Amino acid sequence: MTKRIVKVYPRFERFWHWMQVLLIMTLMVTGMGLNGVHSMIPFGPAVMLHTIAALALLALWIFATFWLFTTGTWKQFIPKIEGMLSVARFYAYGVFKGEEHPYEKLFWRKHNPLQALTYFFLKWFIFPAIWVTGILYLTYNFWSDSNSVLAITIIANLHLFAAYVIGAFIIVHIYLLTVGHGFRQHVKPMVTGYDEIDLTPEQEAYLETNEPGRLKPVES
Amino acid sequence: MYLKRAVFGLAITLGAANFAAAQEEVSKSTADHSKFEILQKDFQSGPEVTEACLTCHTEADDQMMHSIHFTWDYEHPETGQRLGKKNVINAFCGSVAGNEPRCTSCHAGYGWDDMSQEPPKEANAKDCLVCHDKSDQYTKLATGAGHPPMEAKGKTITGQKAWAVDLKKAAMSVGMPDRDNCGNCHFYGGGGDNVKHGDLSSALYNPTHDVDVHMSSVEEGGEGMVCADCHVSDRHQWAGSRYNVLASDPHGTGKPGEARHAASCQSCHGTEPHPTNIKGLKLNDHTDTLACQSCHIPEYARGGVPTKSMWDWSTAGKLDENGKPIHEDDYVSSTGKHLHTYLSTKGNFDYQEDATPYYAWFDGQVEYTTYDRKIDPTQTVDVNVIHGNREDGKSRIWPFKRMEGRQAYDSANNNFVYTHVWGPTTDTAFWTNFDWAKAIDAGMKAADKPYSGEFGFVDTYMYWPITHMVAPAEDAVDCVECHQEDGRLANVAGVFMPGTNTNGPVGLLGKALVLLTLMGVIAHALIRTFSRKSNGGHHD
Repeated sequence: MTKRIVKVYPRFERFWHWMQVLLIMTLMVTGMGLNGVHSMIPFGPAVMLHTIAALALLALWIFATFWLFTTGTWKQFIPKIEGMLSVARFYAYGVFKGEEHPYEKLFWRKHNPLQALTYFFLKWFIFPAIWVTGILYLTYNFWSDSNSVLAITIIANLHLFAAYVIGAFIIVHIYLLTVGHGFRQHVKPMVTGYDEIDLTPEQEAYLETNEPGRLKPVES
Repeated sequence: MYLKRAVFGLAITLGAANFAAAQEEVSKSTADHSKFEILQKDFQSGPEVTEACLTCHTEADDQMMHSIHFTWDYEHPETGQRLGKKNVINAFCGSVAGNEPRCTSCHAGYGWDDMSQEPPKEANAKDCLVCHDKSDQYTKLATGAGHPPMEAKGKTITGQKAWAVDLKKAAMSVGMPDRDNCGNCHFYGGGGDNVKHGDLSSALYNPTHDVDVHMSSVEEGGEGMVCADCHVSDRHQWAGSRYNVLASDPHGTGKPGEARHAASCQSCHGTEPHPTNIKGLKLNDHTDTLACQSCHIPEYARGGVPTKSMWDWSTAGKLDENGKPIHEDDYVSSTGKHLHTYLSTKGNFDYQEDATPYYAWFDGQVEYTTYDRKIDPTQTVDVNVIHGNREDGKSRIWPFKRMEGRQAYDSANNNFVYTHVWGPTTDTAFWTNFDWAKAIDAGMKAADKPYSGEFGFVDTYMYWPITHMVAPAEDAVDCVECHQEDGRLANVAGVFMPGTNTNGPVGLLGKALVLLTLMGVIAHALIRTFSRKSNGGHHD
């Protein structure tokens, strides 16, 4: 095994991530305003901004879905039980002792098992919940009649709950960037696209031959 | 080439201007009433003028006879209630019955002085001039059962000192009604400027643009419209009723060129009035629950004329040490006018200007607590009940002026009473004798209704739909006025509105989740920092 600087996040994935950051932040701030948590943005403009950001995020997700499936990246998001306990043990105990993170980022597997589980849960339950309820909320007048008060109340509350879960995720997500190699080290790959990865000789040889652009030359 | 175009353009402009000028010279009407010999007479009374009108307009009196302006009688098609001024009791001067020549001063006819009778049947008892006079000097005497003042004595229906009207001049001027024809009665309902409606006042004779976008002049930026532009008429019957309101109008503008007998906003503006953009679409989405008026008339009693908001009859009758009636004038309007806050004749008043409406679901049906309805005097009694709810599909949330009253009722039979307040020559009228027992007894006799002889006073609410004084779009009610905790619609049932309940069960659960997460993360970080220090080692 050799440590090499490998491009793990291609340009689209980085764009996807940061656009998502921008749009989700916009949705969070405007959404909290609409819910009455704060009154920093006037209600009317907040509605419009929320709607535009939501539509943009949906468009982004449609592109991302294509990308995930056509590139095979979707496999990254399937959770595995294996190794999950040791990661959980690390965050609950080992991290306080200054231990090394038990998960070694692999070329074909950039998420640790706990991460993968979290993303799986987000992508299969929370995100669909927020956009299904969001679309129903937005299109209320296309399907409602004069007896739809209960329906829209439930939809709006599910939407709100999903939003709070995402809010909690963001807090943990940002916090965990400070664990281990430190915040800067963790954010850097999502900016430059490159991260240090253990490669087997076969993988290294494959990349050298077929995708040399993804490998940074070894500094001598 | 350019020169050619310029000359051509100039020619077109001049041509258009010539055409417009020529149009101006041609009379809009096919008849100039000042040229009719039959109108060039020194009329001595209103009915004489009506006779002259009817020589050409042979069916006009029959049309008028069936209009609510003349009958003051209305059988509600949904509730079957007998309404109209002839029958109802309100929270203002009470009832017409017992006070005829004063109240019938605004009757669109001449000489109706007994409510227990039908209005006068004679063809010439219709008052054509009150609606069609364009000389602006025709008026009615405040106490003349509809007749105009023929000498400078007494007061007019708008409270001015009376003058001798020139009936010849009025007859020769006739045309279609404009604002003062309607306003001289309707702006002064309840006995004074804007007393009753709240959205109909003398401010509408010549309103500024911010008071009324439709009725302000074109120079002012408005449309220069008159009442009859919306309240279209057919056979002397007008669109727009306060008893049976078109609360929602899904028909909209109808087919191109279709004439509609409707005084609704939608009949001109359509059912999707906002522009098709991301904002307009959302605003159009609101039309399934809100009447246009709820957003576009942010306040009523605008333009400097306050409306009466409270009338307590129970305190009326206090006299000074000499036995003379007293008055207090403690309300000062935005224009500096002092208004009565107490009168021995009428009791205590309060007023509001630029008032925020009361909102309620409204399907257009108004049910009155007429004489024959039992009331519960331990509660505030609704003089008129506003019907409607979310589920019926035709109700919308409407703005109302909610008038607070305290008025007389029969405390043994628990029903409202008719009161005889006006009558300078009687020994029973309240305004001259200050004796409720006599005034109620006389009122009930005038209305020919049984009365126990016992009376009390009960708190009342009366609801007046707000539909006039449409403000410019930029002054419409802002989203947040309703989309906040305890917003304008806080008391309206059957509404889900984002932004009104941030601390509901799910909101609190979500906030708790985020808070716990934050606390967990902070605790984790603290333990990390602490344990690392004690270990002395550093991971990086």
